This record gives sequence, structure tokens and C-alpha cells, in this order.
Amino acid sequence: MVLTQFLVLGAILFALGVYGLLSRRNAVTVLLSVELMLAAVNINLVAFEAFWNTAAAHGQIFAIFVITIAAAEVGIGLAIILLVFRNRASSNIDELDLMRW
Amino acid sequence: MLSFAASASFILAAESDGYGPDLSAGGFFAETAWIMLVLPFAAFLMIVLVGKRMRGQGAELAVGAMGVNLVWASALFVQNMVEGIYREVNLVIGEIGTLGGVHLSFELGFVVDGLSIMMYWVVAFVGFLVFLYAVGYMKGDVRVSWFFASLSLFAGSMLVLVGAPNLIQLIIGWEGVGLASYLLIGHYWEHKENSDAAVKAFLTNKVADVGLILGTILVGVTLGSFRFSALNEAAAEHSETLGGVALAAGLLLFFGAMGKSAQFPLHVWLPDAMAGPTPVSALMHAATMVTAGIYLMARTFPLYHELATDARPLMVTIAVITLFVLGFLALVSDDLKRVLAYSTVSQLGYMMAAVAVGGYTAGLFHLFTHAFFKALLFLGAGSVIHAVHSNNMSDMGGLRRKMPITFWTFVIGSVSLAGVIPLAGFWSKDEILATLGHEGYTGFMWVAIAGAFVTAFYMTRAVSLTFFGTYKGHGHPHESPGLMTGPLIVLAIPSVVAGVLNIPGVSWGSIRNFTDWVGARIVPMGDYHPSAIAWDLAAYGLLAALAGIVLGWLLYSPEAETQAARDRLEIPVLYPLLRRKYYLDDLYMKGVVNPIKGPLARGVDWVNGYVIDGVVNGVGNIVAWLGAFVYGRLDQRGIDLILNAAAGGTRGAGKRLGLVQTGKVQQYAGAFVLGAVLLVVILVIST
Repeated sequence: MVLTQFLVLGAILFALGVYGLLSRRNAVTVLLSVELMLAAVNINLVAFEAFWNTAAAHGQIFAIFVITIAAAEVGIGLAIILLVFRNRASSNIDELDLMRW
Repeated sequence: MLSFAASASFILAAESDGYGPDLSAGGFFAETAWIMLVLPFAAFLMIVLVGKRMRGQGAELAVGAMGVNLVWASALFVQNMVEGIYREVNLVIGEIGTLGGVHLSFELGFVVDGLSIMMYWVVAFVGFLVFLYAVGYMKGDVRVSWFFASLSLFAGSMLVLVGAPNLIQLIIGWEGVGLASYLLIGHYWEHKENSDAAVKAFLTNKVADVGLILGTILVGVTLGSFRFSALNEAAAEHSETLGGVALAAGLLLFFGAMGKSAQFPLHVWLPDAMAGPTPVSALMHAATMVTAGIYLMARTFPLYHELATDARPLMVTIAVITLFVLGFLALVSDDLKRVLAYSTVSQLGYMMAAVAVGGYTAGLFHLFTHAFFKALLFLGAGSVIHAVHSNNMSDMGGLRRKMPITFWTFVIGSVSLAGVIPLAGFWSKDEILATLGHEGYTGFMWVAIAGAFVTAFYMTRAVSLTFFGTYKGHGHPHESPGLMTGPLIVLAIPSVVAGVLNIPGVSWGSIRNFTDWVGARIVPMGDYHPSAIAWDLAAYGLLAALAGIVLGWLLYSPEAETQAARDRLEIPVLYPLLRRKYYLDDLYMKGVVNPIKGPLARGVDWVNGYVIDGVVNGVGNIVAWLGAFVYGRLDQRGIDLILNAAAGGTRGAGKRLGLVQTGKVQQYAGAFVLGAVLLVVILVIST
């Protein structure tokens, strides 16, 4: 089994996520990009687990944790975006700059 | 053990023995009698320190201390009625020095004998009731805490005075009660006349105190001791050394007593002292403090009885003038408390007259009974004043039905004071009359009987104007609270029955007569006291009293249209003379006070204006210059510079750094990613 292929895939996926996070204006897309980065991390975890093949399966368990946290995060994130949209009729992240001095 | 030995040697200087065949040294209560002298002072300190924070503003401390004192005094009182007690404790505190070739030491201690036990009990009993009464009377008044502190100070000083085994301690207590009197007369110092009255009382007493102090020095230098026991023993033995100065010493001490006991012509402070709150008048200016002079005469009785006999005619003359002439002033006063004050002055004259002619028992017995009914009358007057908010009888009248308890107790007190059989005042006044007659002062005896007529007359006038007729004041007076009527009822009991303690020729089994137990002391005195009732004298006294009551009632009864009746009494020469108080106050003001006050005031004003003000202004200017320097140079230019720089720097940094916070999440995320990449690069390079 070749580890490199999986790690390259994870790196590409993570880079795409970063790009989307920094460049997109739609808040929903930004959130999706974050999910992409988390997915990249999950691929890495599972790949390393399969490579080392430990009995305790730490990598897989950790991947499941990450998925759980991601689900919760998306739930809260989408709820916030929904409320912001209701208030301001926009989900453009550039217009959400209330939190400054 | 060492410290114990040291304290034991301290007590070695003290003597504590019983004297005489029929006198015991007393038991536990006599040994610990010093507690009575100390406790009120402790209460005073406690009230000053924590009184204001207590629920009753410290009154509970004062009442509590007096309650304990009453227990002690009552135990001694009862014990002394059965067996005579004598105990004297002297502690040498320090050396006064050598005066006129005589070595003198400063001693403190206490005496427990018939005379002091009687005084302890009167002070504790009347004091306790007055303290209780004052809790009700002073409720919601100004400076309640300080009032009770001063009352405690007075009680402590008075007990130190009556417990004193030597003249020096007596002076300490004497000045202590004077101070407390000054503080309490001036309790409402917001009004000028009240503080004037306090100053007047203080200064008049100071004039008399000169006599007391000179007399004390004379006795001390002559005998080498200030102890009363030494003085009395020397007098009883007709000591040659004392004999030479006895008359001078006796007159000087008597002059001191004249001030405190308000004898003519130094009585002027007592009526003005009524400016104080009424409980103060009852306790100090009727029942206890003003009797200090009588007490001093009784304490040094052998001196007058054996050696200074030549002083007697002068003393008894002054006393009789006091009892008769000053009693008339009570007839014209509209102020209820002033009527009682002049009555007190007059009764003090009776006591002084008795003691002066050798009636030790008679004078003290009148002191004893007078304390009850006069305290009762003052507290009753206070109850009325509390209800109608005025001291003037022209604002009273018709209070009989509205204040029944006050009315009945006041009547009991008045009748007792007037000397109607069988109330307490009759027996004590009768004994004074008998003593005056027996000692050969028959003329003065008739004057004293006439004085009884005047007494009955002005008391009837006071009762009638206050309680009968129609109400002339404002508002709706009502009976005082139980805390005030309670002491009235309790005081009414001894005002009625105290006479039975000393009916001549009557004894009550193992309980001894007043004559016997008040005479328990080291030096036998051989004073006169009647052995049987002199019925003819009693009848004259009683007739005088009844005539006074009847005449008073006829003139001042509600049917006689009070105001018109009083106008009829305004006899051309006599009335203005009495209204102006025999012009004595004017004489003192114009003859003594103003000549001294004018130049003195101008001199003090000059010193104040040029010397003291100069110093004060100089100090003020220096301080002002220093302040200006510190403010202008150090503060404004030094310290402020540093502070302003620090503040400005912070503000500028904040302004610049604030630009970084754009509120755009993606910029933050970009910075975050850049940071992460940078960290990775550093990590790769460093490994």
C-alpha cells in the first residue's frame, strides 16, 4: 500500500478548502470549504491508520470524532447564517463586519 | 508568686478593721463595695465607645450598671439595719509631698458605714428609677447616648464622693458631680440660656469650691492626713493642734458645702439648673447631688460638734435664711420646675439647719425622705412637661383626669413635702423642729414652722394650677408611658412610709432605728435626737402645713378664677422683689460678673486678636504657600507630565492598532493561514 497517494489527495483537498475559505463571498460556501478541510484531515487520519494498522484503531475513532464535531459545527454555523440572512437579507461575508473597533 | 507578693505589699498600706464593740466589718458586700464606685465609670466609658451602636443608644448599659449598684446597696442597707457595719479601706496611690513640714500621701479607698450606706442606697435607688424613667423621657431626644454617658459619670462621681474615706477623694467626686451637672444642665446647648445656666452653675460652685479646697489643705497640713477618721478622732479627743484651726477649717468646709447644697447666697445656680432635662433635675438637683454639702457636714460632724462650735450660729442663720426667705420665691414662679427648685433650696436649708445645730440624725433623715418625695415630684413634673410640652403652669391646668397616675403620685409627694402626718416628710421635718427647739434655737424653730406653712402653700398652688381647673395649653395631653409612671409609683411608696424608720421611741424588733444605723461610725458623736414624739411641736408643724394647704386652696382653687386670684397676690413692693429674686442675680451680674467679665473679655479678645490669631494666620499662610508650591510645581508640572505622556502613548498605540481589526473574517483567516504556513516553514528549516 502506498501512503503518498492518499496524502497527496488530502493535501489537494485541504488546499482547495483553504482557497474556498479565503476567496468565497457567500457564507454558505465558506462553511462548505471548512467542511472540505475537515474531510482532508479525515482522509489523512484514515490513511495513517490503514498504513500503521494498529489494533486500537485510533485514527478511525478520531475521524469519527471529527465528523461528529463537524456536524455540530455546521448545525450551529448554518443556523447563524440563516438568522443573519433573515436580518439583513444577505449572506455576503464582506458585509458582516460589525465586529470591529 | 512574685507578682502576688508585690500586690500584697500594696494592700499592706490599706487598713480594713471593724471598729467599736457593736460594729462588724461586714461581709462580702462590704468587702466588694468598691464595685459600686467603679461600675458607673465603666458604663460611662462603654457608652462613649459603643453606646451609639447599641439598640437603646447605651441606655441599657447605664440602667444595668445602676441595677447592679442597687443590688449591692440594698444588701448593705438591709444588713446595716440589723447590725452596724464599719469598714474603711485606704490604698496609698502616691505622695503629695511635704507641706508645711507635714508629709502627706494621696490615698483612694472606700468607707462602708451607716452614713455612706444610706447615701449609697439613696443614690442607687433614686438613680436606678430615674435612669429607667429617663429611658422613656428621652426617647427620640437629641444626644441620648451622651445623656446616659453623663448620667453614668454623675452616678460614679457621686458614689466616689459618698464613699470617700478622705477629703482628697471627696474633692475628686465633688468636682466630678460638678462636671456632670455642667454637662447635663447644658444638654440642650443650642439655646443660649441653657448653656448660660450651665456656666452659672459651674462658676457658682467653683466660688464655693475655693473654700472646700482651702479647708482641705488646712486640715491636711494640721493633721498630716486627709482622712475623715483622723479628722473626726482628733475632734473627738479635742486635739490641741486641730483646735487652733478648727473654726477656720470648719467655716471653709461649710463655705464649700454652701455652694453644692445651694445655701443663701450661693443658691442662685440651682433654679437656673432646671434648664437641664427633668430626670437630671430629679436625680441631681433634688435628690442626690445637692445633698453632697449636707453629707460633708455630716461626715465631718465631730469637728463642728466638738471644736468649731463657734461656727454654729453663723451656719444655722444662713440655713434658716435659706429655708425661709428663699421658700417665698417658689410662690411667684410660673415655671413648675422652678417652684420645685426653690422648694429644694428651702428643704436643703432645713437639713443644713438641723446638722448645723447638732441634729445629725434629723438632718440626714430629712435628706433621706426628701430624696424620695422630691425625686417623685420632679419626675411627676417631668411627666406633665412631657405631656404638655411646656414648663409653665400657665400652659397646664385640669390635668387631673387626663393623667391620673401622675396626679395621684404628685399629690402624695406634695403632701409628704408639706409635712402632713403620717407621711414621710412629717416625721423628718418634725425631728428637725424638735432638734432646733432642744438646742435652744427657739426663734429659728418658729421660723422653720412658718417655713412649713410656706412650703404647704406653694405646693398647693402648684398642684392646683397644674392639675385642677381647665386646661390652658395646646394639644391633647395624655398619661405618660409605663416606663415613666412606674418609677412614680415606686417612689410614692417610700414617700408615704419612710417615716416609720425613725419614729422616736418606736422600734421594730431586730430592725434598728434610722438613728442607730446611720450613726454607725468610728467616732461617737453625742448628737441630739429626740427619744419621744414631741406632740405639741408636731401639732404646730401640722397646723402650719394644714393652714398652708387651706389658704393655698382658697386662693388658687379652680373656683377662684385662678388668674384673678394671682393678680390679687401681686402686692406692690413684695411681688416685684420676689419676681426679681431679691435682686441677687442683678447684684451678682452688675457687681461681680460684669466688672470681671468686661476687662477680662477685652483682654482675652486682644490676646485672641493679636497673639493667637497672629500665630494661626502665620501657620495658615505658610501652609497655603506650601500647598500652592506643591500644586503648581510638583503636581501640575512634574507628576502630571508623566501621567499625560503615558496616557497619550496608550491612546496613539490604540488608534494605530485598531486599524488591524477590520471585522472581515476572511482577512483574519488569511492571517491565520499565513501564520500556519510560516510555522511549518520554520519547522521544516529547523529540522
